Amino acid sequence: MSTHTILFKIILICYLVATVLYLIQVVGRKDKLGQIARFSLLGGALVQLVGFIIEFIQVGHTPVTNLHQSLSFSAWCLVALFLFFDLRYRLSVMGAFTSALAVITMFGSGIAPRAVEPLSPILNSWWFPLHVSFAFLGYAAFALAFGAGVMYLLQDRMLKSKHFSGLYYRLPSLDTLDSINYRALSYGFPLMTLCIITGAAWAESVWGTYWSWDPKETWALMTWFVYAALLHGRLSIGWRGRRAAIFAIIGFGCLLFTFLGVNLLLNGMHTFDALNGHP
Amino acid sequence: MNAKNTSSPDHIWDFFCSLKLTIFTLLALSVTSIIGTVLQQGKPAEEYIREYGQANYELFKKLHFIDMYNSWWFVALLGLFSVNLICCSIKNFPRVWKFVTQPLLVAGDGTFKNSANKAQFTSKESAKSLAPRLSEVLKSAFAKPTLTDVDGSLNLFAQKGIYSRFGAYMTHLSILVIMAGAMIGTIWGYKAYVNVVEGTQTSQVWPRNGSQPIDLGFSVRCDDFDVTYYAGTTRPRDYTSDLVVIENGQEVLKKTIEVNDPLTYKGITFYQSSYGPAGNGSFEIEVTDNKSKEKLAVNSAKGQKNALPNGFFFSVDDFTTSYDSFGPAAKLSVVDPDGTRRSPFIILQNHPEFDERRGGDFSFALKGFKEPQYTGLQVAKDPGVWTVWVGCFLMIFGSMSAFFFSHRRIWIRISEENGKTQVQLAASAHRNQAAFAFKFEELQKQIEATIENKA
Repeated sequence: MSTHTILFKIILICYLVATVLYLIQVVGRKDKLGQIARFSLLGGALVQLVGFIIEFIQVGHTPVTNLHQSLSFSAWCLVALFLFFDLRYRLSVMGAFTSALAVITMFGSGIAPRAVEPLSPILNSWWFPLHVSFAFLGYAAFALAFGAGVMYLLQDRMLKSKHFSGLYYRLPSLDTLDSINYRALSYGFPLMTLCIITGAAWAESVWGTYWSWDPKETWALMTWFVYAALLHGRLSIGWRGRRAAIFAIIGFGCLLFTFLGVNLLLNGMHTFDALNGHP
Repeated sequence: MNAKNTSSPDHIWDFFCSLKLTIFTLLALSVTSIIGTVLQQGKPAEEYIREYGQANYELFKKLHFIDMYNSWWFVALLGLFSVNLICCSIKNFPRVWKFVTQPLLVAGDGTFKNSANKAQFTSKESAKSLAPRLSEVLKSAFAKPTLTDVDGSLNLFAQKGIYSRFGAYMTHLSILVIMAGAMIGTIWGYKAYVNVVEGTQTSQVWPRNGSQPIDLGFSVRCDDFDVTYYAGTTRPRDYTSDLVVIENGQEVLKKTIEVNDPLTYKGITFYQSSYGPAGNGSFEIEVTDNKSKEKLAVNSAKGQKNALPNGFFFSVDDFTTSYDSFGPAAKLSVVDPDGTRRSPFIILQNHPEFDERRGGDFSFALKGFKEPQYTGLQVAKDPGVWTVWVGCFLMIFGSMSAFFFSHRRIWIRISEENGKTQVQLAASAHRNQAAFAFKFEELQKQIEATIENKA
């Protein structure tokens, strides 16, 4: 087994342990377990960070040029951003959501082909790591907003139908969920803005055009518009709760397509083929 | 949307100011943009006809779907978006500007009663001696306060982060600046390309959409072009061109450009974008006469007939840079003295001994292949690009200050009533209240301690 595979398995186990512990904590209300889950998540994230650094040195560029690496990096961003949020909110339910999503993403990464092909010379630029880091951290923030949105809708439905299952008492209050939703958006939006701008600067240095309506660019801009609409609804019209939650879920749908759909289904310069120098 | 009765100018104004219009245009821009990501843009007509049929192609053309991001309706949508942005900003800016020009130095009873963050203390100390000490606390823990005396009650007011009120406006302005930059680039700039063969120069470039070449006003010469490959593959790792700018017969600028590192002269930038073979190359071939073991070096172009000893001839019929996994290979054929052509065979550059096994009168080895290359340059003139970057910086600062900072204000009123001094405290943050509540609690404790020290 290569170092890469060993590290990958350690990370996966860390995230899996965190998921299980968080779930037990949510169901059984054992606060100690949540603390262990947090450390397990932190440990996994640190191992993964070391893995990235090793890979960066080995291959000489930011390791996000195939689906395997991209998914693994997005799982890391998600966990890292959650740990940052966790400093404030300490919500095991969000922890369970995040670590479960991280496990799924890591599984996806494990299945995806791993071959690292030689890169197109375009990627030999300092804009590359900046651009993808902003992109993936933005994705992670919006994923948290999505999670909070889904929980909000669940909670809201139980309140409206006056049918309280066990889950009701374990989910955070509507207010907390709404505030997490907004906080996550308020990080995601500037990050996505930075991602688009660094991408434009990079494109300018390569092709002499900062914007060329490439499908990925266009989808990123569309997603940016959707989130901008949501933020205006929230900040200026006073959308809260349900409507904001639904919008956050739609926005995340657009984002998922921007991340995966465009790379896998449409053509343009962001497909993994193009990154690997196939025209 | 809102304006059902557009006869009144107020209604028109309200319509263009409305946030519903903002949300509508944002979503409309998103939804229509999908078209251009599904339907490839700006391809030749035949490609659409082949894929979608003549009738659909006509429809696409009528709806401007083929170049939708430059179509009148998409640009109109962007225009509506800008007008909405400008109107909203004009409408709301005076209210925000008031926070700067007329800060609320003295809070009313309502503020002290209804604020989310409030406190009240009593003291035996006089208002006059308490005020400077509380002022000192505010200054060290928060911000330097302003003191206002209203009929004997002393009012302290301190604020922080007022600029964050402008974050949204800065973001809005940035969008307009970026659009202005894009317009400058479209009107006074161009995107073009040119292929320059090694050793030659050019003073004209070809615009992407147009047939007339553009005169640069100077010449660009390519002295050398180079590609490096990833070891053992034909994948380019990097490619570079040595460019020289010549103006009025003088060499004025020299630079080796590569992908990610262009050359700029007089506002015109040359980007390394592609490369390719330019015309006939020359093969270096070593021929061994298998009877006499004599060796012979031949330089031949493709298809050229080369004489061999004893009336034989040979020619190089074809060449490929990668023959399966064997690397560069050439297809050769030998012609007998009587004119019959023998069946062709392959020789490999990486395995020069390979052809000896074929037998026959001669064996051949491919020593090298030299081919002049052309370098493909993207040429861009965009006088609006710096305007766009200024807009981007504004957008980063604007959105950061809009989301991460808030305008925080604290009011203290010290009034004397019935021989007792009453201290009232109120505070507000226009965003991120939860974090501010923590801060306020700390400050409240500090103020309480300050009052009790002398009480």
